[in-house]
Amino acid sequence: MTTDSTPGPVPGPTVGKTSGTPAGKTSAVGEPVRPGAPDSNVFLDVRDLKIHFPTDDGLVKSVDGLSFQLERGKTLGIVGESGSGKSVTSLGIMGLHTVGQYGRGKAQISGEIWFDGKELLSAQPDDVRRLRGREMSMIFQDPLSAMHPYFTVGAQIVEAYRVHHTVDKKAAKRRAIELLDRVGIPQPDRRADDYPHQFSGGMRQRAMIAMALANNPELLIADEPTTALDVTVQAQILDLIRDLQKEFGSAVIIITHDLGVVAELADDILVMYGGRCIERGPAEKVFYEPQHPYTWGLLGSMPRIDRDQTARLIPVKGSPPSLINVPNGCAFNPRCPYADIPEDNRTRTERPELREVGSHHFSACHMTQEERTRIWTEEIAPKL
Amino acid sequence: MLAYLIRRLFAVVLTLMVVILVTFGIFFIIPKWTGVDPATMYVGKQADAQAIEAIRQKLGLDDPIIVQFWEFLRGLFVGRDYTSGADTVHCSAPCFGYSFRNEQPIWPVLTDRLPVTFGLAGGAAILWVFGGVATGIVSALKRGTLWDRSAMTVALAGVSLPIYFTGVVSLAIFSYQLDWVSNEYTEFGVNPGDWFSGMILPWVTLAFLYAAMYARLTRATMLEVLGEDYIRTARAKGLREPVVIGKHAMRSTMTPVLTILGMDLGALIGGAILTETTFSLPGLGQAAVRAISERDLPLVLGVTLLTAGAVVIANLIVDLLYAVIDPRVRLS
Amino acid sequence: MTTHRTSKRRLAIGSAVAVAALLTTAGCGGGDDKEKKGSGPGYNAAVGKIANPSEKKGGTLKFIGTQDADSWDPQRGYYGFVWDYARFYTRQLITYKPAPGEGSQELVPDMATATAKISEGGKRYEYTLRDGLKWQDGKPITSKDIKYGIERIWAQDVLSGGPIYLKEVLDPKGEYKGPYKDKDPEKLGLKAIETPNDKTIVFKLPKPNGDFEQMLAMPAASPVPKDKDTGSRYGQKPFSSGPYQWVSYESNKSMVLTRNPHWKKSSDPVRKALPDKVTLTLITNSDEMDKRLIKGNYDVDLNATGVGQAGRVEALRKHKGNIDNPLTGFIRYAVFPQTVEPFNNIECRKAVIYGADKKSLQTARGGPQGGGDIATNMLPPVVKGSDPKYDPYGALENNGGPDTAKAKEALKKCGKPNGFETTIAVRNNKPVEVATAESLQASLSKIGIKANIAPYDGSQTPGIIGNPKVVKSKNYGIIIMGWGPDFPTGQGFSMPLVHSKYILNNGNNNYSMLNDPKIDAKFTEAEAELDENKAAEIYTEMNKMVSEKAVYLPFVFEKNIIWRSSRLTNVYTAHAYNGRYDYSALGVVK
Repeated sequence: MTTDSTPGPVPGPTVGKTSGTPAGKTSAVGEPVRPGAPDSNVFLDVRDLKIHFPTDDGLVKSVDGLSFQLERGKTLGIVGESGSGKSVTSLGIMGLHTVGQYGRGKAQISGEIWFDGKELLSAQPDDVRRLRGREMSMIFQDPLSAMHPYFTVGAQIVEAYRVHHTVDKKAAKRRAIELLDRVGIPQPDRRADDYPHQFSGGMRQRAMIAMALANNPELLIADEPTTALDVTVQAQILDLIRDLQKEFGSAVIIITHDLGVVAELADDILVMYGGRCIERGPAEKVFYEPQHPYTWGLLGSMPRIDRDQTARLIPVKGSPPSLINVPNGCAFNPRCPYADIPEDNRTRTERPELREVGSHHFSACHMTQEERTRIWTEEIAPKL
Repeated sequence: MLAYLIRRLFAVVLTLMVVILVTFGIFFIIPKWTGVDPATMYVGKQADAQAIEAIRQKLGLDDPIIVQFWEFLRGLFVGRDYTSGADTVHCSAPCFGYSFRNEQPIWPVLTDRLPVTFGLAGGAAILWVFGGVATGIVSALKRGTLWDRSAMTVALAGVSLPIYFTGVVSLAIFSYQLDWVSNEYTEFGVNPGDWFSGMILPWVTLAFLYAAMYARLTRATMLEVLGEDYIRTARAKGLREPVVIGKHAMRSTMTPVLTILGMDLGALIGGAILTETTFSLPGLGQAAVRAISERDLPLVLGVTLLTAGAVVIANLIVDLLYAVIDPRVRLS
Repeated sequence: MTTHRTSKRRLAIGSAVAVAALLTTAGCGGGDDKEKKGSGPGYNAAVGKIANPSEKKGGTLKFIGTQDADSWDPQRGYYGFVWDYARFYTRQLITYKPAPGEGSQELVPDMATATAKISEGGKRYEYTLRDGLKWQDGKPITSKDIKYGIERIWAQDVLSGGPIYLKEVLDPKGEYKGPYKDKDPEKLGLKAIETPNDKTIVFKLPKPNGDFEQMLAMPAASPVPKDKDTGSRYGQKPFSSGPYQWVSYESNKSMVLTRNPHWKKSSDPVRKALPDKVTLTLITNSDEMDKRLIKGNYDVDLNATGVGQAGRVEALRKHKGNIDNPLTGFIRYAVFPQTVEPFNNIECRKAVIYGADKKSLQTARGGPQGGGDIATNMLPPVVKGSDPKYDPYGALENNGGPDTAKAKEALKKCGKPNGFETTIAVRNNKPVEVATAESLQASLSKIGIKANIAPYDGSQTPGIIGNPKVVKSKNYGIIIMGWGPDFPTGQGFSMPLVHSKYILNNGNNNYSMLNDPKIDAKFTEAEAELDENKAAEIYTEMNKMVSEKAVYLPFVFEKNIIWRSSRLTNVYTAHAYNGRYDYSALGVVK
């Protein structure tokens, strides 16, 4: 790995509000410095996050220098292919790489994760645990495998609630039924006593959401929440998430490989490739003025109802990069049709920095803005 | 659930019928094919034709095999009489047959020896379940560490070493050399302390073998379970790690352990032959060895049936427990 | 007693040997002093003499064994140890003298006041019973009880398994159908026995038999009270006429006997009845049994099968004083069925006899101590009329080695100068016999005889080698076997082996198919002879005639290494009990 030239604290573009540059460096020892201006609404600030896994074949750099910020009540979509590091990032925020990792293969994590004024990576594991499920909670991709098959849905929600609230079982049960009702499960009092396998896929995901919302979290991370569901149910679940976000006021991170999922939901979009962010900005910018060839590819592979299917799908050719031997230069270069445009073969020797390409819009590409705008408007956009 | 239970009970009865039929066939049909008269196996050296004929009559060997089978089945429920000439022996229900070698019904022999085997299997099972499962869990949680590797090496040794080796060596050391424990079986009713002293080595030896298997099984299952999504969910809820392991992971880990435990206990009822022989415990296994070496076929048949019954019933219990543990089984 | 006597040993010989080595090593460490203290009165202290003579009563005599009785019913038991042990709870009219070794072969009165008053040329035997004979319930033992007990032998349809000598001698035509089919209200319909009063019993033989009293000394001649007879189940709890009565018995597990309160020493000159209690524990693992004996948990091996391979090393090295090495009365041998070619030719038989390495066969049997002395002929030294020095084929010459020259000469005479091929049949459940078969195979190969070893299911002996058709069809030219006397006379040992009337289609024991009227006549002659010394001379001649037929290759006059616990008193081995201790004499308090 030669050109690993990630600079210190990257000017993290604040998701949502415009003003937020982080308040400079935090002291190395993790002395709590509240990020953002006093009036800032930023409550999640991820700085230069690296999550590496030692394996027999070498170090897997699943996340390799990721920074972003999130304001209260806003929605961030993290988009990328599988293996781009998006799920690892979410588990990293939840602190799930540090618990339950027994014996070998412990993740090496560095950087900073500021959550509501607390730095999580240097915090006591038990303090992070107390945040989990209460301040931040998570919805997983496959609700069937993510719920314990031996416990009733109600019991699992009750458990989630009672970890953080000292209430009796009855009160917790009422809360669980209320939540099930809220997420749109009919006859919630009866269904609470059913087991996950007795639910349909969509209902199961609703129950999962109910469980995640049991403690009214500040942050809800939805990791591919609709991938396992069929199309009509997908839309219902997304609608539900949107409605609930409004009602509960939680910030939401939606992780998906499908830009379509976040199109209507996200305020901001972060595109990951090979463990890094390659483009980031307000949703409408990323959608209508995307500034990275990979984003173009993702847009190209997004099904759209208003176009003829066969004519327009332009998938990204090739396969995702190895996270052990990430290509030199721009990690995307082996798959990039425009890799030869920048001079001096820079694409293959120098890793591109995230640069501001518009208002709060960042991209990591060696091509000049003119080149990118031309290719987008002339070659890509018409085909979409 | 009730329908499930009835279905299962029906299957048990059917299985036992098949077992009886097959065992019966082996013992009574095959000698006919091979031309060896079963009756000659029960008579002594100077037995004359008259004695052989009498035994044939008493055994009912002259009847068609179906009649013999029916008589046997009937005997199980209502008892039966064995008659030869002027001599009639009554074998009361449940009549598992009559040993002509020892001139006594089989059932009292089985019930006399069953407690010994139960005591052996039960005591050992307690040891190996606790020891094996605990070892397996700790090994899984400390995967790859020195502890894990040494525990698994010992476990491998435990699985590989035959009981007649570990048994004889432990007897030689702890009983004959150090005199810490008794080398003999004492009945519980006679002296509970002596009973315990005499059972320690058999328990430990037998448990060592099984604990090793259970440790390996538990470790492998626990590792698999720890990789499950619902464990991640449990952690994401903010549950403490002991709760994650002790409640969520254990519940799933116990399922295969329980299955194997049921089968092992069932099989041990008739199959603790090596342990019982090594330690000279007067249990069913020893009775089986003796019965086989003496061609006491009715006793062999009795032990086989009892063992088969134990295995089948243990399996039923496991399946029912399974249903209790795993709602997917219960509700599908 | 024959095929059943040795019990099923050796569950895992291999491991046992390994562990024996381990045990011996461990033994060197600490416990020596303790063990030495308990050492007995000396090696062979109970052979030919009484070790620890004592008259002290009390204590518990503890038997251990690996083989339960075939039946404890006195009329049904045939195993040798049963005949010894049965005297704890049964009595006979006459029995063997309580004396060491040879002395035990003398018959002395038991319930009878004296040995028989024989009249009518040996066809009438009359006994008078002692005073004070009591059953365990206090009722007197009468001559009718004795008659009833003996009559039970006739009920072979119900009570199979025991010796039937008395039936064959008293009622050779089988006219009596046994007490269970007896029309007589008292069930005493057997005409050959008369009971003129409760104290007198008279036996009437159709023809004389010099061994008749030997047959009456067997437990099969014990009394049984008619009202206590439970038929085929009687062996589960016999009613006691002897010094001990049954308290509990679980077959193949345990037995407890306690004193019969109604037995009086004054009425029993034979049994010492020293211990207050007699217990028996049965296990399956013979190595474990040896260890328990050596540790001192038990006093005697009921079966007296001998200390096993594993325990023998330790026993002989560290506890030699607890070891006796008596003759058992058994001969271990090979026999040649004359129906199988080329053993129809006497010269081929001789070739095998000369070609066998007797020393190596003795070693395979366990050496001079564990196996016995190299046998010279087919009459064991415990039988009257035997002569171990009679060595027609020079078994002892050349230090027990083979006589290759004579063997080759015999082969030539047989017309097979280059040898031949044959099969050795051996019981698969007797490792020692398999070892002797291998030894024989090795020495025969040196003179060109190729012998294939065919192990067969030992529990099926009567149906396989006991069936001459099977023997012929399987080409069993050499059969390996063992035989011991039911009673120590030529009739008691040799008759089933060599008399033509014992050639049977099933359960045959005359494997050689020896059918010589001259030999048969010797038995008739000896049976009619009431003087046992004269009878013995006749058996000596019979034995020579058998030897000349060259149908037997005797290996050893068997000896056994048996354990005698340090606390045992009044111990001696008895010829009458196959070299076992006289159990009824044993005590445990010094």
